[in-house]
Amino acid sequence: MKDAYWPLILVLLLAVGFGVVAVLMSTLLGPKKPDPIKLSPYECGVDPVGDARMPFFVHYYVVALLFLIFDIEVVFTYPWAVYFKKLGLFGLLEMVVFIAVFLAIFIYVWGRGALEWE
Amino acid sequence: MIPLSHIIIFSLIIFTIGMVGALSRRNVFIVLMSIELMLNAVNIALIGVSSAMGNLIGQVLAIFIITVAAGEAAVGLAIVVALYRNRLTVNVDAINLLKW
Amino acid sequence: MNVTVPMPNLSLVVPEILMVILACGLLLVDLFIPKDRKRVVGYIALAGVVVVGVVTAAFWGKMAQPATTFSGTFVLDRFALFFKEVFLFTTGITILISLKYLEIEKVSLGEYYALMLFCTLGMMIMVSGADLIVIYLGIETMALSVYVLAGFMKFDHKCTEAALKYFLLGVFISGILLYGITLIYAATGSTQLAQVAAVIKEKGLAKNPLLVLAMFMLAAGLGLEIAMAPFHFWAPDVYEGAPTPITAFISVAPKAAAFAALVRIFYHGIQLLEPQWQILLWIICAVTMTIGNVTALMQQNVKRMLAYSSVAHAGYILLGVLAANQVGVQGIAFYFFAYAFMNMGAFGLVIYLRRENIVGDDIDDFKGLAQTHPLLAVIMVVFLLSLAGIPPTAGFVGKFLLFAAAIKAGFYWLVALAALNSVVALFYYFRIAKAMYMQSPEPLPQLSPGRGLVLALVVVGVFTLFFGIYPQPLMSLAKDTAHTFMMFLS
Repeated sequence: MKDAYWPLILVLLLAVGFGVVAVLMSTLLGPKKPDPIKLSPYECGVDPVGDARMPFFVHYYVVALLFLIFDIEVVFTYPWAVYFKKLGLFGLLEMVVFIAVFLAIFIYVWGRGALEWE
Repeated sequence: MIPLSHIIIFSLIIFTIGMVGALSRRNVFIVLMSIELMLNAVNIALIGVSSAMGNLIGQVLAIFIITVAAGEAAVGLAIVVALYRNRLTVNVDAINLLKW
Repeated sequence: MNVTVPMPNLSLVVPEILMVILACGLLLVDLFIPKDRKRVVGYIALAGVVVVGVVTAAFWGKMAQPATTFSGTFVLDRFALFFKEVFLFTTGITILISLKYLEIEKVSLGEYYALMLFCTLGMMIMVSGADLIVIYLGIETMALSVYVLAGFMKFDHKCTEAALKYFLLGVFISGILLYGITLIYAATGSTQLAQVAAVIKEKGLAKNPLLVLAMFMLAAGLGLEIAMAPFHFWAPDVYEGAPTPITAFISVAPKAAAFAALVRIFYHGIQLLEPQWQILLWIICAVTMTIGNVTALMQQNVKRMLAYSSVAHAGYILLGVLAANQVGVQGIAFYFFAYAFMNMGAFGLVIYLRRENIVGDDIDDFKGLAQTHPLLAVIMVVFLLSLAGIPPTAGFVGKFLLFAAAIKAGFYWLVALAALNSVVALFYYFRIAKAMYMQSPEPLPQLSPGRGLVLALVVVGVFTLFFGIYPQPLMSLAKDTAHTFMMFLS
């Protein structure tokens, strides 16, 4: 039983070792000639403006909540999918009802304007 | 095979951490996170018992708990935001208009 | 693992299905109704509740025997039907008293009524749950809606605070409840009440510490909604902060639902643990009614006073749970209908006094009501008499049944304590009456109640008196309820 885990541990050691060695080698051996352009977050992109830790537009929050709810409910389709064939027609109808309730709530959210961006 | 008692004890430890956190912390968000921890401890115990018993009831309940926890988080955060707009604080101790 | 899914008997869940369609439909209908005419949503909700009530009542004759569906996780018996009617009645009255109140508070939104229906749905599932999972889902459906309703006036500081307190405590306790369910599952391998009972009997688990601990946790989880000590602390805060119609609603419906679930779990699921839970409930019962009544004496705010009084009433009703006999269940069932009448009425009066800049929940707001509005004062006195348990009101009959059940089961000391508590309760109910009859009125702006509120007050007032003078019809219904419920045990 315990032997079965050895390959995993080996892979773990290899992965960690490779990462450590690669970072160490590049810091020790690589040439360092810093200049402002190289130090900027995006060397060949738009210059970043301001701090990332600023207040968010409150709309993100509503969208995040809606996403959370709708996302989590998908968990119910997993057991349904596993036993889909055995559940037969009843299972299918059950899921149709489930999705229908979702659709109703989605239409409500849409109608209340929670998905509009301005 | 991990014995069932280990899983139960592990979940009890996490449950206790969550409970202590929920009772002692003063920031509403940390209280909410602690409560989520309690629910997840319950989930661990349920899955453990379910696999030891060989029936699916525990897993069914665990799935329900996951969804209910999401609903609770949504409602809770909405209430906190409403409160924050009124009061500009998320400290439980400062929320004390109602007493006796 | 082999899974077979028998087609469930959907005819037993018709009321719940109707409720889901109604609540979801209401959310969609609400989108098309202009902002200043949200009352229409309330009317639709009210009509729907009446329809569901009639449909539910139609089951009564057929349900002489309990019937289960969804593989035994959902049970429909007269006990469940009786409580469903209590919820639907309470919801209907709450909608009536909300119509105008929401416009005064400027939060007239259609979601209010939809949430109320979802909450009722949760409670209907709760009383029909024969499986701890179903009961838990019912509790959460109810609780999540109530949290939002309690904080519905989102610009009011007290209101959002009440919602947050209720939410944090409720979610915390639901975690504990869940652990209780898990422990029962771990000890017996099932969450279905009938199977749990069978396993306990078969394996002789009646003294299993795991199950005793689980019993404590379940009692805690349901005790929060019941507002029994030591989980009553949220009640006064939430009752004061929440919109008054919701306060009235919370004080009756979730309490009834939690009691029904408690009775079902303790009688049908873990009844072999009776010696343990009797000790537990004895202490809780004594503490709950004493704390409720004594603290109510010191309140100046009527909503808070009624909150503590509702804590005390939870104590009286626990007498019926403790008795564990047929009269006890009959008493609980009857008392909840009586309690719905009188408590909705008393809170309705507080709403009646709501006017610009005055909440109407201070005792001083009742000053001299007998001179300015004599009829209103008389109705309030009826509700107060009923709450205090004085004949000829429905509250008296209910209390009588509960006390009789407890005496029959041999809890003499507890009944003596309850009687003593009823005397204490007289004092604070009398304070409101004194303010109305013996103090001179302050110049008041004209009261302008909505027609819904007047209708609701008349209905509950008449019922309170009618079932106090002539309790037989309701009593025999409650008796049938208790009879089919206790049949399960033998």
